[in-house]
Formats: sequence, C-alpha cells, structure tokens
Amino acid sequence: MDFSHIPILSIITYIPLFGALAIVFLLPRENARLIKTVATFIAVLDFVVSLPLWWAFDRARDGYQFVEKASWIPSLGVDYHFGIDGISLVLILLTTLMGVIAIVCSFTAIEQRQKEYYVLLLLLQTFMIGTFCCLDLFLFYVFWEVMLVPMYFLIGVWGGQRRLYAAIKFFLYTLAGSVLMLLGIIALYFYNTTGFLSYKGLGHAPTFAIETMTAVAQQMPANLQIWLFFAFFLGFAIKVPMFPFHTWLPDAHTEAPTAGSVILAAILLKMGTYGFVRFSLPMFPDAVRHPKVVGIMVTLSLIGIVYGAMVTLVQKDMKRLIAYSSVSHLGYVMLGIFALNMAGVQGGILQMINHGISTGALFLLVGIIYERRHTRMISEYGGLAKPMPVFATYFLIMALSSMGLPLLNGFIGEFTILQGAFAKSFWWAFCAATGIVLGAAYLLWLYQRVFFGEVTNPANEKLADLTFREQLTLAPLVILALWIGLYPRPIFDVIRRPSEKIVAIVGGATMEAPAVASRVDEAGGAVPSVSADAPGAVRP
Amino acid sequence: MFTTKLSDWILLAPELFLTAAGLLMLGISVFLSKAREEFLGFVATLSVGITGALLTWVAARPDRKTPILAGSFVVDNFALFFKGLVLLSLLLAILASVRFVGRAPYPGGEYYALLLFSGVGMLFMVSGNNLITIYVALETMALSSYVLAGYFKGEIKSTEAAMKYFILGAFSSGVLLYGLSLVYGVAGKMGLPELAKLLSSTERSNLLMLGILLILAGLLFKIAAVPFHVWTPDVYEGSPTPVAAFFSVGPKVAAYAILARIFYVAFPKFHADWGLVVALVAAATMILGNVAALLQTNVKRLLAYSSIANAGYALLGVLGFSTEWGLWGVLVYLLAYTFMNFGAFTLVILLETKGYAGESVSDFNGLAQRNMPAAMVMLLFLLSLAGIPPTAGFIGKYYLFTAAMKAGYAWLAVLAVVMSAVSLFYYFRIASAMFFSEAAGAKLQSSYTLNAVVLICAVGTLVIGVAPQPFLAVLKSCVLQP
Repeated sequence: MDFSHIPILSIITYIPLFGALAIVFLLPRENARLIKTVATFIAVLDFVVSLPLWWAFDRARDGYQFVEKASWIPSLGVDYHFGIDGISLVLILLTTLMGVIAIVCSFTAIEQRQKEYYVLLLLLQTFMIGTFCCLDLFLFYVFWEVMLVPMYFLIGVWGGQRRLYAAIKFFLYTLAGSVLMLLGIIALYFYNTTGFLSYKGLGHAPTFAIETMTAVAQQMPANLQIWLFFAFFLGFAIKVPMFPFHTWLPDAHTEAPTAGSVILAAILLKMGTYGFVRFSLPMFPDAVRHPKVVGIMVTLSLIGIVYGAMVTLVQKDMKRLIAYSSVSHLGYVMLGIFALNMAGVQGGILQMINHGISTGALFLLVGIIYERRHTRMISEYGGLAKPMPVFATYFLIMALSSMGLPLLNGFIGEFTILQGAFAKSFWWAFCAATGIVLGAAYLLWLYQRVFFGEVTNPANEKLADLTFREQLTLAPLVILALWIGLYPRPIFDVIRRPSEKIVAIVGGATMEAPAVASRVDEAGGAVPSVSADAPGAVRP
Repeated sequence: MFTTKLSDWILLAPELFLTAAGLLMLGISVFLSKAREEFLGFVATLSVGITGALLTWVAARPDRKTPILAGSFVVDNFALFFKGLVLLSLLLAILASVRFVGRAPYPGGEYYALLLFSGVGMLFMVSGNNLITIYVALETMALSSYVLAGYFKGEIKSTEAAMKYFILGAFSSGVLLYGLSLVYGVAGKMGLPELAKLLSSTERSNLLMLGILLILAGLLFKIAAVPFHVWTPDVYEGSPTPVAAFFSVGPKVAAYAILARIFYVAFPKFHADWGLVVALVAAATMILGNVAALLQTNVKRLLAYSSIANAGYALLGVLGFSTEWGLWGVLVYLLAYTFMNFGAFTLVILLETKGYAGESVSDFNGLAQRNMPAAMVMLLFLLSLAGIPPTAGFIGKYYLFTAAMKAGYAWLAVLAVVMSAVSLFYYFRIASAMFFSEAAGAKLQSSYTLNAVVLICAVGTLVIGVAPQPFLAVLKSCVLQP
C-alpha cells in the first residue's frame, strides 16, 4: 500500500473528531440507539483505516514514516508535523482498537447523557492518536494537554461516588507536571535559537521539530540536560505514573466509568512511558546516563513495582486492586526503559502494549460484573465460576496474562525487561522478580476469592453469563494476548529500529548482548538478538 | 509656543468623533422614554463602529508617522493596536449592557455617554507621548469609570464600589502625578522621547528613582497588581456586571499601554532598577491572585482575583521589554485576555437573576442542562483562562512564559506555570458546577446582544488559539520600536 499521497495519519486522527462533530450537530439526543450505532461505526471505521499502516509500515527503514508537514505558526517556528515510527505505530493501533472496545463496552453501562458521552470518547480518541503522531514538540504539547479535558468530563460526569474529587485530582496532577515540561520545551527552543540565561544559543532558525530538537538537545551541556530532563520527567512521570506521583491513579481509575478506566489504563498511562522513550532518552542522553539519574529512576521504578504490588495485595475493591497493579506494572516498563539496553527498552515498549491489553481487559471484566451487581467489593463475591463460567475463563486468561504466565503476552514483556535489568545489575532483577511473585499472589488470591468455592452470596446465584456483545469486546484482547505470547516477533520487528536508535544514543554501547535473549529467540522466535554494542547494525 | 496644522486634527478624527458621539448621546437621551432606551444602545454601537472605521482610515494615512500636537500625541502601530483593543472592549461592553440598562431603573443615556467618554480617555492614553497628555487622558478615563461603578446609585454596594474606586483611584493618581513631577523636576522635560534622550546622559539619582518608582506604583494600581489590588474585588462585585466586565479589560489594557510606553520609551536605561521591583510585584500578584481566587464563592470576586492573577502574568512580558518577546507577548496576551475575560463575565451577566447582585458559583449549577451552548462557551473561556491549548489563553501565556525565560527570569516562569496549574482548580469549580451538578433553574434565555458578545468572544478565543499566525504577525509589527 502506498500512502505517500494521502495524509493517512491525519485521516486516522481526525475521523473520530469529525464523527463527534457529526453526532453533536446531526443526531437527536433522544435517539440513543442511533448515537451508539454511529459512534461504533466511526470507531470501527477508524480502526479499519488504521490497520493498513501495519502492512504499509517499512520495518527496515530508519526514521519516521507517513510524514506530513505543513507550516502552522511560522512566527514561532511551529509546524503541523505528523509521522510515526514503530513505537508510535503499535501504540496507534492499540488506541484505535481500544477506541472501539471502549465504545462497545459502554452500551448498557451508560444510561444518562449518552450523546455527550460518546462525543467525548471520540474526541479523546482524536487527541490520543494525535499525541502519538506528533513530530513537533509544540503540537505534541497541544494534544497532550487538551487530552485531559475529555477525560476530566468522562470521570466527572459518569464516574462513581467520589468522581468530582477524582476528576479534578487527575486534571491537576497531570497539568502540574506538563506545565513544567512546557518550560523545558521553551528552554530547548531558546537553546536552539538565541540562547537564554547564561546559555549561548546555537543560532539556528526557530523550530520545534522533534528530530532537530533531539539533535540539538544532545549537544547541550550536561547540567542543562539534567535540568531539562527533570522538567520533562515531571510531565511524564506523573502520567506514567511513577512512585511517588501515582496517588491520582487509584482515584481516577476507581471512579471512572469502565470505558474511562480502560482507556486510562490502556492508552493514557502509555503517554508517559512513550514520552520517556520518545523524548527523555534520546534528547538528554548525558542526563539519562548519569549514574545518579539512573539510580533515581531505577529506584523509583523498583519501589513502584514492589510497593505497588504490596498495596495491591490488600485492596478490598476489585477496581482499585487492578488500578494499583498498574503502578506495579508500569514500574516494570520504567525499569526496562532505564536499563538503557536493547532488551530493556524493547521489553519496556512491549510491556506498554501488554499492560494495555491485560489491564484494559481486566477493567472491562470488572466493569461487566459491576454492571450486574453494582458493587466492586471482593467480599461480595465468591464462587462466581459456577454461575458465570465463561466470564471466569476470560478473567483467568487475563489474570494469567497480567501476572506473566508463559505463553501469554505478559511473560514476554516481563521476561525481556528482567533480562535487560539483569544485564545491568543482579539486584535490580531480583527486586523486580519479587514483584512478579507478589503479582501472582494478588491476582491468584483475587481469583480465588471471587471465583472459587461455593456461591456464598445469594445475590450471585442467578448472575447471567457474558452476552455476545461483552464477549466481542474481550475476544480481540484475548487473541492479542495469545498472539504476543506465542509469537511476539512481529511486534519486536516493528519496534526494533527505533529501539536500536534510542539505545545507540543513550550509549548502551558498553552492554553485552543479553545471553538469554537468544535463548528466547530460539524457543519462541521471540527476542531479537541484535547486540546492543553494534548500534544501527543491520540484522541479516 | 507650538502650532497646530489642520492635518493634526484629521489624525484625531476617531477621538473627536467619539467625544461628539458621547455628547450626542446625552442630548438624545433627554427626548427618549425609558422604554425606548434600546435605541441608545444601537446609537452607541454605531458610533463605536464609525470610530473604528475612522481609525482604519487614520491607520492608512502616511502622515500618521510623525507625532502631532507638538509631539504629545502619536499614532504609531502600537497606539493603533491598543485603540483597536479599546474600541473592541467598548463595543463588547455596550452590547453586554443593552439588556441590563433596559431593566435598570436609571437613565441609560448617561450610562452610554460615560462609557464612550471613558473610551475617549483611553484612546488618548494609548497615544500619549507626553507625561501631561498621559495623565490628563488617564484622569478622563478614570473619572468616567468612578461614576460608572456607582451607576446603581440606590444600591449600597454599588455606591460603596464607586466610593472605594474613587478614593483609591484618586490616591493612586496623586502618587502617579507626584512621580511625574519628580521626573520632570530632574529632567525638565515632559515628552517621552526627550526624556529618554536627556536621561541617557543623566546619572542615576535617588530623586529620579523615587519618581520612577512612584510612577510605577500609580500604574500598578490601575492594572490591579499586588499590593495595589485591594480595590478590585470590591469594585467588581459592587459595580453592575457589564461595567465590571468592562473594567477588567478596557482600562487595564490602556494602563498596560502607558506602562509599556513610559517605561519602554523613557526609562529603558534604568531597566535593572525597576526590573527587580516589577519581578517581585509580578510574583506576588500571581501568588496572591491565584490563591485568593481559590477561596471565593462569588463568581465576580473570583473573576476579579483571576484578573489580578492575569495582571501578574502580563507583567512577565513587561519584564521582558528588552527582548523581542516581551512587548509582543504583552500584546498577544492582552488580545487573548480581552476575548476570554470579557466572555467569562458575559456568562455571569447572562445568568444574572438578582439585579446586579453578586453571583455565586452555585448559580452555575447545571448550566449544561439549562443551556448547553452557554455551558460550552463558558468552558471554552475557562480553558482559555487556565491556559489549556488550543485556546487564545494558551498562546498568550506561552508568549509570556517565553518572554520571562528569555529575559532571564526563569524562576518567575516556573512560578507562573505552577500558578497557572493552580488556577485550573478554581476555574474548574465553575466547570464542574456547570456540568456535574443538577440544574437549579429553568431553561436559560439569552438576548441577541448578549449572544453577539458571547459569539465574538468565543470566536476570538478559539481562532487565536487554533490559527494564531495572522494575529501574531500583525501584533509583531505593533511592538514599540526603540
């Protein structure tokens, strides 16, 4: 497929936006059925349009593809600049898929103000895809910020008991982080042009192009890099969220409607890790390599993993439990990224996808049971495997995927990350592995309490099993989980090039190629064994 | 002493016309019954429109480049931009007033006339190139404003607002005048360019510094910067809401114009001296404005504190005078601010149920159910005020933060972004009231004129946010040249 003459990325980005506008202006509020149908149609259309990217994407090429560029604000040097590499590609596909699922899973859950609800979901979709497509920092910031608005309303209007608190907390936390990132962007801009404070500028023409900015940022003196690293860090770390910035997450997740939680877990959190991979690492390699910075990042990640898992263990509310498990899982992603080697970075990126699939599915499942019983307390359930065998099966698969059982997606991600971490330090891997044990504990214990044994609560005896529509939302995620678990190579192929580039920049050059990698490679055809000490090496 | 040519008066056409229109307004109103006062609103709108047309005509004249009236009045691009902004806020204020003037038990003729007269004062202010001209114009504007604040003369709060505004305003004018006289005493000149030339060879002296400081204090009062802000919440709360909306944009914008002109043209040499003072004032203003706004339950007071906070942001641009970003940023921000702030106030006018009395945040409850479009535009204004892209407020703030960074005030920029995150909390109290609470009243009716105001403000806020380039390019040419 040749997309060189079609602005395919813009089309994918704005289909939901125009769909949302169409719903606002053309559809009557009373006809909820029609609104649902149209919203689903738009989301499916967007997904279908985005699918060909997977085949059209040239895995062997460096740099960005499907690039679109037009001048937007010449006075500032801002361009409308879209383009993707392998990392954005997989995230965009995940987004368009999750967009469909989020809409379909809301059909019965949302009963009031339906028109606004679907409009907001579609708007959010546009902003998320746009964020992943941006090749201009200014434009990126615009999408990054405006994304908060629909999510704020999704939580605030359709959320649970404490929705107001959760919504504003979500907005304030993420905004507070990103405004400092804005200052970082301004500093970069001046470093590239006329200079600021005591830093002499490079005197280039003003631009916000990510590629140029990345090259420029790398030339900055180490102390400035560290300042800017932390300015960006706050923006991204709050979004991830890394310990100790995670406190907004359980509230937002718990209070959000099911679709909101799914999107939040599957996509929004990935914005933070994506930011690290796309900006922090390649832009500030001297800062990232700095032993103290690595120390801080890895320590926070490990605390996130272990502390997150321990807090998860004691949760009484299913949704809150899964929310906290996200803190732990995102800790793995961050650990992988800051291992700064091929295995770590690739594992981190894959784990972003995996977490989206597994945790997204778990939130769907909790949403399904909540719709039937209107409670999320674990103690209210027990023996659900009897009335709802299909539901129990899906839940089991997803729980196993989330805890990293071999043959499912979570295993590949966590294993690759551990490999990367192990190559750096035994203790990193050791601590992280503790988290895996705890992860198995909280998920299995949850499963046992909810599904096994006799039905203790009479309210649960007559629960209906999954409907066809509900299975429809879950099945794609199960298929993906199995696919990545059995044959992750296609995904690794897509993210290999950009990962190599990042690792080459941050100078994982001294790293040995992790020996375990090749073993997995033989076993499952999984991890590419490109040795990290040969950046840019072409695979045979 | 000095001679005036006929061509000088031609360049004054907009000001002269607006003065005549104000007088005419007083004349007509005598013959109109209360019921037909809408006609006055129409005449006032029309006169502002004609003034705008005259302004574009003047703008196209090549002879506007040289200062007229013995160098005391300039029509440079900078002045033209501010004149445009003043006329815009006048227009919005008049349109926003039609409904309330019709309902209020007071004569409407003098109301419109006073609005126009204060507009005349502002038009002169922004062109003033001479300390005396600036001062006299400022007083013309201020005296009309005091009376406007007390338009509801039967209401205690309105009278109190006018009284407070007058006493504090007169005091600050005195301070300003004292500063001007000290500067004149040192330099012996009144014209800004002459002052600059003279001061460039004058040593820094305590007397001069005191003069500059007093001028600064007088002007900071007009833009409601800490510690000269205390009048703002009371005056905004007590004045009729359209008047408060007008105060929050027009006079402030004009005050920024003279602040910029005086300090940029006459005192650039002493930037290091007044820079630190302005930096501290900006920091205090941003902190106090935002923190105090968190505690408000009355929307008008909330918006008053928000406008104080906004004055703090705009001071960042004033600090960055020496860079290309500073003044440019101030212009961009003031343009954005006029649209978004007036827009937000107009929604308060729209919701007004108890005459002029202050509106509480809870009056916004369930606005989304009562009138969805109104809630949506209010949301737009709030997002813009909080600086969320893609709105005018974001572009404006971006410029100001950039100016602060460039001018070397990185700590102020950090403070500013943190404060602008804080501001989201109180702006979104209104948003959450509108969307998350149950409706407290019936469907909300608007009027044509209010719709027009809201539409102008919303379009301005959105267009500057999404396609800022044309505005930025024009505004860049409006920056004062040294």
